Amino acid sequence: MVTENKKQAIYFLFFKSAAFLSVLILLFVLLYIFEEGVGAININFLTNMWSHRDITQGGILQAIVGTLFLAAGVSIISIPVGVCTAIHLNEYAKDNQFNRIIKLAIRNLAGVPSVIYGIFGLAFFAIFLKLGGSLISASLTLGCMTLPWIITASEEALKAVPFSFREGSYALGATKWQTIKRNVLPHSFSGMLTGSILGISRAMGETAPIIMVGATFFISGLPSSPFDKFMALPYHLFILATQHSSPYARQYALSTALVLVVLIFALNFGVFLWRYKLRKKKKW
Amino acid sequence: MRNHRDIKERIIKLFFSATSVTALVILVGIFLFLFITGIQAFGQITPAEFFLGSEWNPNAYEEPKWGILSLIIGTLMITIGALIMAIPVGLASAIYIAEIADSKTKEILKPVIEMIAGIPSVVLGLIGIVFLSPLIANFFGLNHGLNAFTSSAIVGIMVLPTIISISEDVLTSLPNEFREASLALGATKWQMIRMTLFPAALSGIAAAVMLGLGRAVGETMVVLMVAGNALAMPLSFFDPVRPMTANIAIEIKEVVKGSLHYETLFAIGFVLFIMTFIVNFISDIVIEKEMRKYKW
Amino acid sequence: MRYIILISILLLAVLTAGCTGESGSTGNAISAGYSEDIEIKGSDTLLQMVSNMAEAYTVKNKNAKISVTGGGSGTGIAALINGEIDIADASRAIKKKELTQAKDKGIDPWEFIIAQDMLSVIVNKDNPVAELTIEQVSEIYKGQITNWNNAGGEDKEITLYGRQSTSGTYSYFMKKIVEGDYSSKMMNMEGNQAIVDAVRQDKTAIGYVGVGYIVDDNGNQINGIKIIKLSKDMNSDYISPLDKTKRADYPISRPLFQYLSKKPLKDSAVYKFLVFELSEEGQKIVKKSGFIPITAEDREHNNALLKKI
Repeated sequence: MVTENKKQAIYFLFFKSAAFLSVLILLFVLLYIFEEGVGAININFLTNMWSHRDITQGGILQAIVGTLFLAAGVSIISIPVGVCTAIHLNEYAKDNQFNRIIKLAIRNLAGVPSVIYGIFGLAFFAIFLKLGGSLISASLTLGCMTLPWIITASEEALKAVPFSFREGSYALGATKWQTIKRNVLPHSFSGMLTGSILGISRAMGETAPIIMVGATFFISGLPSSPFDKFMALPYHLFILATQHSSPYARQYALSTALVLVVLIFALNFGVFLWRYKLRKKKKW
Repeated sequence: MRNHRDIKERIIKLFFSATSVTALVILVGIFLFLFITGIQAFGQITPAEFFLGSEWNPNAYEEPKWGILSLIIGTLMITIGALIMAIPVGLASAIYIAEIADSKTKEILKPVIEMIAGIPSVVLGLIGIVFLSPLIANFFGLNHGLNAFTSSAIVGIMVLPTIISISEDVLTSLPNEFREASLALGATKWQMIRMTLFPAALSGIAAAVMLGLGRAVGETMVVLMVAGNALAMPLSFFDPVRPMTANIAIEIKEVVKGSLHYETLFAIGFVLFIMTFIVNFISDIVIEKEMRKYKW
Repeated sequence: MRYIILISILLLAVLTAGCTGESGSTGNAISAGYSEDIEIKGSDTLLQMVSNMAEAYTVKNKNAKISVTGGGSGTGIAALINGEIDIADASRAIKKKELTQAKDKGIDPWEFIIAQDMLSVIVNKDNPVAELTIEQVSEIYKGQITNWNNAGGEDKEITLYGRQSTSGTYSYFMKKIVEGDYSSKMMNMEGNQAIVDAVRQDKTAIGYVGVGYIVDDNGNQINGIKIIKLSKDMNSDYISPLDKTKRADYPISRPLFQYLSKKPLKDSAVYKFLVFELSEEGQKIVKKSGFIPITAEDREHNNALLKKI
């Protein structure tokens, strides 16, 4: 018995270290990017247009704006469809062939490699629909990629509403839609919103799909229409790391990475806090 | 009055069903585009040359070569390498979180691990270029660190959250009766985990690993930046590799649409799509079966 | 019932796709035609220089919006043939195959030379080798010479760095210098800068880059690398690409091209930008970017076309 306990102690120590190794990796990545990248961050860097000839004079404004525009485009395209699909799956769908196929399709979409979305976006949105390389092609492409994440997150939010809420409503004679509209949606709204924000934040970090449908190395102004090309943080970072010839390029790549990571993690952390506060409030 | 409401309800129901078809339409669309474009390549190349040819060189000095074997092997090397690194750490972490950690620690660990999934792959690739690959080159005495090993290390980090969170879900969904019965018979906690929980959760964990595999196969940016991308058939983990994803990302930019090169890239895309589809499909079925089995 | 819904949705989707196809194309025409927007894509070698030009030009002409992207000469020319862009940057001449493809799609590429490049071969700064003949470089890149001690250096295996097949530099180097297939062990790097970074780190490296990538803003060589002096053969002089007096004799000098998708209209943004690039101010930017201004011969080539506009 004693040796069993000793064995257990050793194994459990190993398991604990493994779990905290993951934490260490995350901390290392964040700290490394922070330490290496913070050097070039200042107000100029964040608010000026990109200056190609002397990158120390300019900033990454176009990349930030491009990423924000993309986030907006993806939200408009994927959140309505995603939420409605989740409502269908959770509230209306019976366990029949049709719905099983839909669920299978959603899970498989989540597993399709990002480069495949890229070439699909190129072949369908940019070439077949003649939208060319543009903000709208990229938003549509990323929108397809983000859809399964939004659906899953929204489904979870809907599932979290106890069935008793619905039962009470039906007992009072309400129709299904009335029940959903007044009893289910208000309580799942924040869950769906936060889940969607998480999905969009992941989309903001994607590079492979946008390389082929509109991201550029340099553009002289800000995009003024959805059909314009654009700069974006992840692609800008990629170029600075591999193609730019300025001696400061590497530093600026790290700083751009920092901005991107801060943006994504601020969103993630905000969602985390919001959900934590909500959970405290909820009485079920 | 009643009829009016009924009709409205039905329309709303129809509306929601219709939107849910979008996901299916997209998946079918991707499949069709890849297939229809890719299949045309076989008008000029034989399947044997494509799948078994070991040289990929569309811009060769003389005859272009269209064999994707070295690309497939590149993908497999990185995937297997990533899993070798991620499975032990991932499983151990999952066991710790599911069975050993107290709830406060759990509350912190789980979101932290999810956050790893939130790090953009291009940022990890950057860290790979500026930090990890010189480190690996120095440590192993190589000329440079752009090879399958470095790529596997980083891709391994990326699939950790997938393996951990799904394995943890599988373990938590096992009924408490299992634990209680085992402990009642006098087992230590570790014996309980090892002899009761683990075998029961095995197929679910296998599914988690398969999902991680799917993610590793599909990773593009990291490999684009640190895999070296040489065309030669890799002979060791310290050789540069050229996985299918990086190959598509590199060459899609230079092809004239409709050309043979364009079609072959879509054919490679189709192969990738089928690989990830099969992996995801199988793991889905396994997980569903497992979850259903234990929800008494 | 469900399947009827499914089929009707699919049909609806296809129909709407057809409609958006038509109205969407006007969007593309606006951005790639006769407006103030210019789309430039192509050679990584020209990327920095053309971006510098675009920036200088738009500072003066605030109405113009120019976007520049790399991807390689092959990428640019393919995009030009696909009708997606206005100007393709290319560090190699358009291939016959590409010209045929262009004609098939109704594109008539107009070729202008906007700068000259002394393609440079570089090694790590600690490598004792300083000179090579073109023959040696060819054999190294073919994989026939695999150790530095067969090229006058130490006993170390050579690591080859090159570009990807989309690159004009890749194609040019392969055709003119290697005259055969690259060794399959060559690392395919994303761009000129990636090669420079790799050569800085790897003591056994050899790489090829455009001269603009190995000089800083003042025309001095950057640190961490060594520039190889090249000669045509064993009996000729070994010349450095930075040697201004011997430019005519440097074995790998090449013109840098821009291809327009059609005859530019006299007042179009594309035409005005082109004229700017060829002007004195534009050519100063060429020099500042580390490349070499066009020769008198190049000017004749360009003027023959400019006259027709």
